[in-house]
Amino acid sequence: MAVPLAFLIGLVFGTGIMISGMANPAKVLNFFDIAGTWDPSLAFVMGGALTVALIGYRIVLRRPRPVLDTCFHLPTRRDIDPALIGGSALFGVGWGIAGFCPGGSIPALGLLRPQAAVFVCAMLAGMAIARRLRARRAAPRPRLS
Amino acid sequence: MSDMTAFTPIQSLLGGALIGLSAVLLMAFHGRIAGMTGILAGLLPGQEGRGWRLAFLAGAVLAPLLATTLGGIEIPFSSQTPLPWIVVSGLAVGIGTTFGGGCTSGHGICGNARLSRRSILATLIFMLAAGLTVYAIRHGIGGA
Repeated sequence: MAVPLAFLIGLVFGTGIMISGMANPAKVLNFFDIAGTWDPSLAFVMGGALTVALIGYRIVLRRPRPVLDTCFHLPTRRDIDPALIGGSALFGVGWGIAGFCPGGSIPALGLLRPQAAVFVCAMLAGMAIARRLRARRAAPRPRLS
Repeated sequence: MSDMTAFTPIQSLLGGALIGLSAVLLMAFHGRIAGMTGILAGLLPGQEGRGWRLAFLAGAVLAPLLATTLGGIEIPFSSQTPLPWIVVSGLAVGIGTTFGGGCTSGHGICGNARLSRRSILATLIFMLAAGLTVYAIRHGIGGA
């Protein structure tokens, strides 16, 4: 059940990205271009998504466990570390260069445009590079947290 | 290079609500965060639970593909960024989201909906960085 349901939930996600206009890099870039061709739509996407998720999570996370698993897999870290700050800043710069973010670029693949495919390949390469860097950095001094 | 897009408050609100719904459903059934960075990272070798991740990704790609091919719906898409810069952008996004532990979906929607302070800070930082980058490219460097 977990796999077919994940497929259906993925369809809902992809449909949401598509309808909201977030598969379109120009629309994303225009949100940030207040001084130019401003398009405030992205704020409405975040508003709609956050409202539903805030209320939905409240209801769902009150249950003892998810329907198809024994526990909720929630991040437990609460510390603010340099990796969070630097990584998020670098992500923002990359997002601002072309208007693709991970969640927007995957559904954009379905539009069969070369830009989306090039972006996703480069992003996956970046993820692999970052994992290597992190593994190398962590190797000499294993963190015990 | 002006690249106008229409302001779509209703569609964007509705689409956003569907993105939020998918996050709630994935938590309710799988107990997982619907963050694209985390889902992609979980596909790398040596991770458990690749099946549901691949299925989620397939659904996310197929929705626009089916809508445009079978449904005949036209989805606006415009990207004027030169391909070499798209490669730079992809590398930065891949490295940044891995170190930052999430992206617009993971931190921006799921994390903020859980009121995680890491996610709130990450969101403020990547929104600000993206805004400054767009300003620098469109109005700063070369003066558009």
